[in-house]
Amino acid sequence: MSALTANRSAGKEAEFVVAGQWQLIWRKFRKHRLAMFSGVVVSFIYLVVLIPGFFAPFTPEEYRANFTYAPPQPIRFVVRTEDGLRFAPFVYGYKVEIDYNAGRRNFVIDREVSYPVGLFVKGAPYSVLGLFESNIHLFGPVNAGDPLFLLGADRLGRDVLTRTIYGTQVSMTIGLIGVALSLFLGILLGGISGYYGGWIDNFIQRLIEFLRSLPSIPLWIGLAAAIPKDTPPMQVYFLITVILSVIGWTGLARVVRGKFMAIKTEDFVQAAKLDGCSTRRIIFRHMVPTFMSHIIAVVTLAIPGMILAETSLSFLGIGLRPPVISWGVLLQEAQNIRSISTAPWLFWPGVAVTVAVLALNFLGDGLRDAADPYA
Amino acid sequence: MGQYILKRILYMIPTLFAISIVAFLIISLPPGDYVDRLVANARYEGDVITEEEAEGMRELYGLNRPLIAQYLVWLGDIVFRGDFGTSFSWSLPVSRLIWERLALTLTISVSSLLFIWVVAIPIGVYSAVKQYSIGDYFFTFLGFIGLAIPNFLLALVLMYISFKYLGQSVGGLFSSEYIGEAWSAGKVLDLLSHLWVPMIVLGTAGTASLIRTLRANLLDELRRPYVTTARTKGLPETYLLIKYPLRHALNPFVSDLNTVFVDLVSGATIVAVVLALQTTGPLLLDALRSQDMFLAGSAIMMLSLMAVFGTLVSDILLAWLDPRIRFD
Repeated sequence: MSALTANRSAGKEAEFVVAGQWQLIWRKFRKHRLAMFSGVVVSFIYLVVLIPGFFAPFTPEEYRANFTYAPPQPIRFVVRTEDGLRFAPFVYGYKVEIDYNAGRRNFVIDREVSYPVGLFVKGAPYSVLGLFESNIHLFGPVNAGDPLFLLGADRLGRDVLTRTIYGTQVSMTIGLIGVALSLFLGILLGGISGYYGGWIDNFIQRLIEFLRSLPSIPLWIGLAAAIPKDTPPMQVYFLITVILSVIGWTGLARVVRGKFMAIKTEDFVQAAKLDGCSTRRIIFRHMVPTFMSHIIAVVTLAIPGMILAETSLSFLGIGLRPPVISWGVLLQEAQNIRSISTAPWLFWPGVAVTVAVLALNFLGDGLRDAADPYA
Repeated sequence: MGQYILKRILYMIPTLFAISIVAFLIISLPPGDYVDRLVANARYEGDVITEEEAEGMRELYGLNRPLIAQYLVWLGDIVFRGDFGTSFSWSLPVSRLIWERLALTLTISVSSLLFIWVVAIPIGVYSAVKQYSIGDYFFTFLGFIGLAIPNFLLALVLMYISFKYLGQSVGGLFSSEYIGEAWSAGKVLDLLSHLWVPMIVLGTAGTASLIRTLRANLLDELRRPYVTTARTKGLPETYLLIKYPLRHALNPFVSDLNTVFVDLVSGATIVAVVLALQTTGPLLLDALRSQDMFLAGSAIMMLSLMAVFGTLVSDILLAWLDPRIRFD
């Protein structure tokens, strides 16, 4: 019996010996259930980034002037028929009440009217990654033209859900691109700093300390305000990512430098040096792979900051501007107490921000714990 | 200790220079100057400013000199005469606009810092001592949410809730009767009654992260052998906790002080815009929008200075607490 267990555990050990670093990381990561779940959520969000047209029931600019500030319609999944319950999702319609005192229309949910909602319905055409066109939507009104505002409508009668889904594209990629740029700067400057040491290190460290001691938001808005108003949207998008990373690289540079410092004196680096490897080969072939997993974790944790920064800038009206759709731009609509008190559903893009940031934080935490599988 | 403080202050001089350059660069970045803006505005309103008039204005504001000269004059006036230049759009000396607002920004940042400490220490201790209890999970969850919600969104939600359910608006720092009034005991009390909203909004993220750090640190300390030793000696649990592990675990409260403070000064900008506080935030935003160069530059510079001085104070505090740093 004991021989058997010993045998089995020996087999298990042997398995661990052959498992590579990434395999070990994956095993450790898998145990972190919250991080796994967040990983699924993040993957789903990035899937939405790829094909927002499929997930959104309408196109983002589609407006219905007679549904301005229409509240969210509750969705029902089953109808009661004579033969029992049947799965047939539908939403209730609206009744319009005119508030003569306030001089505006109020929408009230009308339970007499119902509009059927279907899966994989045909609707407005959209392009998939610019490759081909499609008009199949994950869900939408069965009869084209029926109102469907699951998260309500905005000031122009545009569907908040559709716009939030399209906003994912800009908001989530600005984080990725911004972090990629920061990572480039961080690895370059952090690497130089950690590898060479001496006065270069000293100088870069002072620079990092300086940048970190400055309040980032006033600097960001100062820089973003310098973007001329008539700049094309794509360029604004790119400039904003540059602005975010000019200040954001310092955190990554610190991590990279710390790792370089720690590994520089390891035997395998000495060995590579004695073997006559070039500096570049030592850095990229021998040093970077040892802390790649840490970098991935730190990068994941840096994305939320970028997303929050973009959202804040656009919200203030000095980042991205309409017609670009990002979560921050959408939240501009919710800027004053009057519009949010009449239409609190304009907060939904904010919920999207919160969910995305939470998921990325949990994912990053899990990755960080798993990054060092030998611990 | 004195030597350390002196060294830190000397280190600050290049930092101050760098800040002034950054502030000035940001201001001179946008294409066109304030006069261009005036000309465009006049055209929009159907008025015309001639080329000569524009040149005259540039002469008056000193905008036609080379950048480096403008910078030196600007810096010289600030350093030697405390003169930050004139705000074009307010037609007032910048120094008259900025000091009171800076003081309010500082008040908000410092009170948020106190809020963070007062809230984070007991919750962090509770979460660590009662690890994996319902309360621990609750606060951990709350902490993550607090970190994930953007400041301005939290401000909006609070405004919405108090408008909808309490029937009062929470914006501003003063009731209407005190705006523009001289300082008095009544005004201070009024300020205090308005301060709690920005304090909570600004403090949430910092509180969340400090709870997490304190919990993790305290958990590490609680597993140390010296805690077991103290327990076997029969020390009462609360006394033990406060006397030894807590003191160790509190170190990050001081060592993170600078980042927390910088984040507060930074975050205060945007929260102030949403809540319509009479601080530097909205002033800076308006100045940037109207290219009011001296005002925007001074605001960015003073906010950065505030952050840098905060860092200095926290470094000195840390050196005082932890003697190892002094001899580094």
